[in-house]
This record gives sequence, structure tokens and C-alpha cells, in this order.
Amino acid sequence: MFNKIGLKLIIAAGTAIIIIIGIYAYVNIASQKNILLEEVKRHSQQLSETIINSTQYSMLANRRQDTHNIITSISQEKCIRDIRVLNKEGRIIYSSDSSIIGHMVDRKAEACYTCHATNEPLHRLDFEDRTRIFRPHADSNRVFGTITAIYNQPSCYQASCHAHSSEQTVLGVLDLTVCLEPIDATIQEAKIKVAIFAIIAIFGLAGVISIVVRLLISKPINNLVNATNEVAAGNLNYHIKDLKKDELGQLGSSFNNMTKKLSEARMQLFQSDKMASLGRLAAGVAHEINNPLTGILTYSSFLLKRTKNYPELEDDLQVIVRETKRSREIVKGLLDFARQSVPKKKEVIINDIINKAKEVIENQLTINQIKLDLQLREKLPPAKVDANQMQQVFINMIVNAIHAINHDHGKITIVTDLTDLVPRGIAQIKHAVCPKGHDLMDHSQKIGALPSIKLHVRKNKQERDIYLDAVYGKNRHQYGIKPERKSDFEIFCPKCDMSLLEDYNNCPQCEAPIYSIEIPGKGMLRGCLMEDCKWQYWDEIEKEGKKPFIEIKIRDNGTGIPDENLDKIFEPFFTTKGQKGTGLGLAVIWGILDNHEGNISVSSTVGEGTEFTLRLPAVLS
Amino acid sequence: MIDWKKHAKAYDILAVDDEQVIIDSVKKLSAFEDWKVDTAKQAEDALDKVRSNTYRLIICDIMMPEIDGFQFLDELKKHHHAIPVIMTTGYSTVENAVKSLTKGAIDFLPKPFTVDELISTVIRGLKFGQLEFGHAGHSSTEIVVPCPSGHYHLGYSSWSKLDDDGSVRIGCTDLFLKTLDSIDHVHLWDLESDIIQGNTCAHIDSEDEISHNLLAPVTGRIIERNENLIDNIELIEKDPYFEGWLYRVIPSNLDYEYKYLSPCND
Repeated sequence: MFNKIGLKLIIAAGTAIIIIIGIYAYVNIASQKNILLEEVKRHSQQLSETIINSTQYSMLANRRQDTHNIITSISQEKCIRDIRVLNKEGRIIYSSDSSIIGHMVDRKAEACYTCHATNEPLHRLDFEDRTRIFRPHADSNRVFGTITAIYNQPSCYQASCHAHSSEQTVLGVLDLTVCLEPIDATIQEAKIKVAIFAIIAIFGLAGVISIVVRLLISKPINNLVNATNEVAAGNLNYHIKDLKKDELGQLGSSFNNMTKKLSEARMQLFQSDKMASLGRLAAGVAHEINNPLTGILTYSSFLLKRTKNYPELEDDLQVIVRETKRSREIVKGLLDFARQSVPKKKEVIINDIINKAKEVIENQLTINQIKLDLQLREKLPPAKVDANQMQQVFINMIVNAIHAINHDHGKITIVTDLTDLVPRGIAQIKHAVCPKGHDLMDHSQKIGALPSIKLHVRKNKQERDIYLDAVYGKNRHQYGIKPERKSDFEIFCPKCDMSLLEDYNNCPQCEAPIYSIEIPGKGMLRGCLMEDCKWQYWDEIEKEGKKPFIEIKIRDNGTGIPDENLDKIFEPFFTTKGQKGTGLGLAVIWGILDNHEGNISVSSTVGEGTEFTLRLPAVLS
Repeated sequence: MIDWKKHAKAYDILAVDDEQVIIDSVKKLSAFEDWKVDTAKQAEDALDKVRSNTYRLIICDIMMPEIDGFQFLDELKKHHHAIPVIMTTGYSTVENAVKSLTKGAIDFLPKPFTVDELISTVIRGLKFGQLEFGHAGHSSTEIVVPCPSGHYHLGYSSWSKLDDDGSVRIGCTDLFLKTLDSIDHVHLWDLESDIIQGNTCAHIDSEDEISHNLLAPVTGRIIERNENLIDNIELIEKDPYFEGWLYRVIPSNLDYEYKYLSPCND
């Protein structure tokens, strides 16, 4: 089936074909007609001359029967309709049709009219004027007539019959009519051929257009329609594959880009929404639980006061008071989490924390018959972390691994090591100023949960903001406007209009103008604003070179995580454990590592297991 | 005219909380400590009671239906009821604690609390009432905390002073010290640990064997403790603003937190 664009294209192209072929056919057939007519004319003239010449002798000899025989036999030729010889008075003296011999022709008849239109007959006519095309009857075929004058010659008036005097110029005329049937048939045939050709051309073109439309337009458009339906249904991870480089391909890639941006925005919204609801939940829980806890704590501590003399009661009450105080700390921790509290960092050896976490989790490992293999690097430098939070991280990670193992040969491996990582994608810009010292950090527009750097851009009299990613080299910038390499644009401090464009240097990768921003105490940050380039260079940080990180790999041989879940596992409330899990574990872990300027990544193969890699900045003395 | 004061009853404490268990535990404790206690489950009732009776101290929850604890404080101030108020809440955030103190409460007691914590707070509250407002009927609702200029105080209990090097010294106010018995011992936090504005930053044990929590005036990391206090505990009482300081901290958010602190004027 043709889709609508295809049908429209075919109709348009078909109309064009009909017009072009029509004009061509008209011109072509007309010229063919002319050529054929010319041929007939030439042939008629020649034949007329032949008849006159061949009858001349018998006329001079006044052998009328001979002349008659010649005319009759010539008129037997195919397609010669009529041969008549008329004398000066208009009497038919010879004719292929013997019944009309001796009849007078009407001077007003079309054969005579050309010469006898005026009172005085013309003596000489051009050949063109002596020919005519006409239909003898309304329903008969066309015929072609030629009149050839028989001029007086010395041999005529000197002949013995003395039929003509020497004064006469024209002795009579030969009127030859031939049929035009073969020409008409040829022209008709040509017309039919052209029509057939036009039809074939239209169908051929329609076929080609429909194939082209299907390949170049219908398929990508169907893909786009599918993609929009997917997105409408909420699947923002849908990606159009196999994009060509044509306009529809560009549309597709810009669609992909849009869904990616939407998905990122939704993710951020989701995250902050979840955090907000988590905050409300924690606040509600804290308030509700703290009241009954107050009851327990006051009554039990009150009882404790009154039972100083009953050691056996006192011990039990001590436990109640102690555990209630612990509950109080747990609720406080929940509130602190909801408020993303500042970690209490100290320099500690990560290996020690892992060992402590192992002690806590030992029982669970034994029950589940899972072997925990620690491959901890000796003499690991310390990291500055909140030991409690980090222990929570490892306990959570091990518990997750235990839950992922559903067979009897479970094994969890934890490997620690020291690696050097380049600052790109890790170093964070925490402070940035314009040449006049205005703060460029924007705390309302966050990128990856961090404040962004706000720049003001003017292009074509439009003024918008661009928010730069505060993580060096990560380039998740948010563009209010997109500067182009060719167009003129200016970059300003949003507070004082000081230009932030570098005067003499251009982007070493794409030659576009670059911005330069002062990072107080840490040199300058330079970068390119072209969306496809994103070159960035932070001199001081690059000079410092690679930075030491403690890398902790936690590997299990469990079920693995399917690809579609892999990028969701750090979202709050995402859980595959159903009612058993809260879906907070990895989100909290992600938050804790983020608070420590560390990061976490994951790789997994379904059926083989999962490996989490945690990185924390190491402190080298 | 009816002399309603005749019918007025005199109580030590008015406990305002929409949770029965809290009211019950305050009652229980008051019976044990021999305090006369009255209770109200709504702020409206409490305001009515304050109008007709006399109280030495009010313990009030923040999160209550209708009128909340902060509005209750405002109402008291509007009607010139000079009664010290201790705020308490199950939603014990720093903001709530600090807001209570800036709104005119004298102390903040986060739920859940132990009997000892409640006792120490109430004892100090009662003492504070005597010191600041004198006898019942005192008309001024403003709490005046005398301290040397350049110091900023949180509530009436702790002070902070920004030094030239950017660090902040922390101590307890004269007024706070007057509300407790002589100091027996001070438990200070470890070096390098963090203290948070409005949260406890030290336990001060008085000679009557009560432990008092001191609320931190600012958030920051402890870089120095006043080690002289170990041998010379009376320094705190002798010279609370200079020789008797407790910690030197690196503040983490001083600009923001200053708005909750009040400047001292001699």
C-alpha cells in the first residue's frame, strides 16, 4: 500500500509525466505528420509531372485513346483516387472515372477555387497553393489533391491538329487526388505508442517512487512514530537505531537526543521527588515513633531510678533504656539521611572497615553457606571517610551480594587496591568567579546533584544562560541557547557583563571561541561551548596529574543484573526484592560515596554474577 | 469585679502535648520530684490555663494540631506572659531546635528523652524563671543574656566568638551556669569531631549529680579543647567568657548560622 506521502508524490510525478510526454508527443507527431505530408506532396507532384510528360506525345498525336489508357492504367495504382484532365473551359476531357468525361466542373469547386477566385485566372501558382487536403464526403477519409497546369508549348500549337493557338498560356489542368489513409494510420499508430509509453512511464515511476518512499521515508517515519509511541507510553530509554545521514536521520538523532535529555530530566526529578518524599516519610516516622519512644524511655528510666536497690530488675531495665536510646539514634540517623547530613570524616584504612563489616555479617554468610574471600592489599593508604557510613556501605553491599546468590557455591570476593585516576570526570569545581570576582556558582540549577556554573550567553540579540557541569570533563552542560561555530556570540558573567571569552585563543579541537573562568586558587578553567566539541582544560588540575584512589571491587557469583535494570539500581526505591526490600540500599550507598567525593560503578552478566567498583580518594602523606 | 487571682491556682509546670503518654510521663516524674503539674492537650487550653493560673515553667510540644508550639510562643509573648518555656518535639531537627530558641523558648529538649534529661532541663528552667523573671507577675517577656560584646549567644546557654584567625571559640553563658549547681565535671567531645548547631556539644555534671546538655551555638569541627579545664574546672564559673571557654572550632557554615544567634551587649 502507498502511504499518503507516496501517493501524493506519485500523483504529482504522474501529472508532470503526462504534461511532459503530452507536449513531446504533440510536437513529435506534428513534425512526423509534416514530414509524411511533404513526402505525399513530393510524390504527387512527381506523379503529376510524369502523367503530363507521358501523355504529351499521345496528345500531340491526338491519340485520345492512348492518353485515356495511360491515365486509366496509372489510376490503377494503389491509393490514387482520381486523375482528371480539364481543358481551359473546365470540361473534363480525360478522367480515370470515364463516366464523368465531358462534364463541366464548377469553377467554385475547391479544386478550381485557388486560381479562379478572382475574375481573371492566375497563370502560375506555387506548388503549396496548388495542393489541398479535403474530405470528398463528410464520412470519408482525408484525401490529398494536386493541380498541375498544362502549359502551352511550341510543340502544342505547331502540332498538326491545331487544336491550340500560340496565344494560349495554359491549355488545361491535371487534377490528381491521392488518399491519405497510410499517413493517417501511421500517425494514429504513433499516437498510440506515445500513450502506451506514457502509461508505462507513469507506472514505472510510481513503482520507483513507492520503493524510494518506503525505504527513505516510510520506514524512518514508522520508526519515529513507534519511538514517539514508546516515549508516550513512558519508555524514555527507547532509542531509534540505524539512523541514516539524511534529514530524517537528523530528525531521528535529534529525537534520540531529546528523549535522552527528557530521561535525564525525569531521572533528576524522580530522584529529587523520591528524596523529598523520603524526607517527608522520615520526618513523619520520626515524629510518630519518637512519641511512643519517649513513653518507653521516660517510664523505663523512671523505673530504673526507683529500682536502685533491686539489682536483678535494674539490669533488665538498663537493657530497655539502652535499646530505646539505640532506637533514638536510629531514628535520628533516618532523619539525618533524609537531610543528607555531612559525613564525619576521619582518616581510616578501608581494609579495617571491611574487616569490621565482615565480622558483623559473618553469621549471615555462614547461614547462607557463602564464602567471603577478602583480597585486601597490604599497606593501603588511608582514605578520609566517615567510618560508620562506610561500614554501612560495605554491609549493604555484602547483604546485596548474599541476596543475589541462589545456589550452594556462593562466593563473594572483595578486592582492595590503589589506583591512579585522571582528574577528568572526577575533579569537582566548587568555586568559580568572573574577572571582577563575582561568584558564578548556581545552587538552584543542579547538574548531577551538584551546583552548576552559570554563564550568560548573547547570540543574535537573544540572551540566555548556559549551566556548566561542575564535574571537570563530564560535560553534562545544560544549554539555554546553543552557540554555533559560525555565528557571533558573547559570553558574560551573569552579574556584571564582564566578557568571559578568551581573546586570543580558540578551541584547539574545533577553532570555536572559548570561555575562561577563574577557579580561585586553582588556576583557570577553559573550555569550548560547542555541543559537539566540549573541549575543557583546567590547567592546575591537569598539572597535578593523576590522583590516587582506593578501589574496592565487590564481586559475587550470583544471578547477575539484567541490562535493563543496570542503570536503575542506584535510584531510590528501585528494588527487585519485592516486599523484602526498601529499594534504598544502593541509593544511600551512592549518596554516601558522592558525599565522599568517590564514585560507584557496576558491571554484571546475567547468570555469572555482578561486580561493583567503589572508588574513594586516598590520602597519601 | 471578681478577683480571679483568688481562684487562681499556682503550679510549677504546665505540660502541653497532644500525646497522652508524654503528659503521663511528665506527671509521673513531677510526682516523684514533688512538682505541682498541670497539663493541656491543646495549645488553646494551655493559653486559657495560663490566663487563669500561674505557672513557673511550661513544657510545650512543637507539632500540635490547630495552634503549634511556635504560635503558642507568639501568643504568650503577645499577652505578656513571662513564663519560661521549654520546647520539645519528636521531629528534632536543628532548625526546630534553633527556631525554638530564637522564638523565645529558653531550652529545647528533643524527644525521646530520658527522665534525667527531663529533670535537668526542668530544674534549669525553674531556676531560670527565678533568676530572669523573678517572681510570678514579672512583666517583661524578653530574655536578657548579659555577655561581653563580640560574643554571640544561642538561647541563654552557649556563646560563640569569632577570632581573628577564622576559628570560633565556644563556651557556656553566665546565665546558664547560674541555673545549675556548682560544676563537678565537664565531658567534652573529642578533638576533630563535629558539633552541630542546636545539638548537644558537651555534658556538664553539676554537684547535685545531674548531667546537663549544652547546645552547640555553631556547626563545625573541634580543633582545640580548653585543656586547662581538666585541672581547673572552676575556670568555667570564674571566667565563662574568656579563660573558661570549652572549644575552638572551625565553623562550617557560620554566615548562615549567624542569623540564629543573638549578639551580646553588656
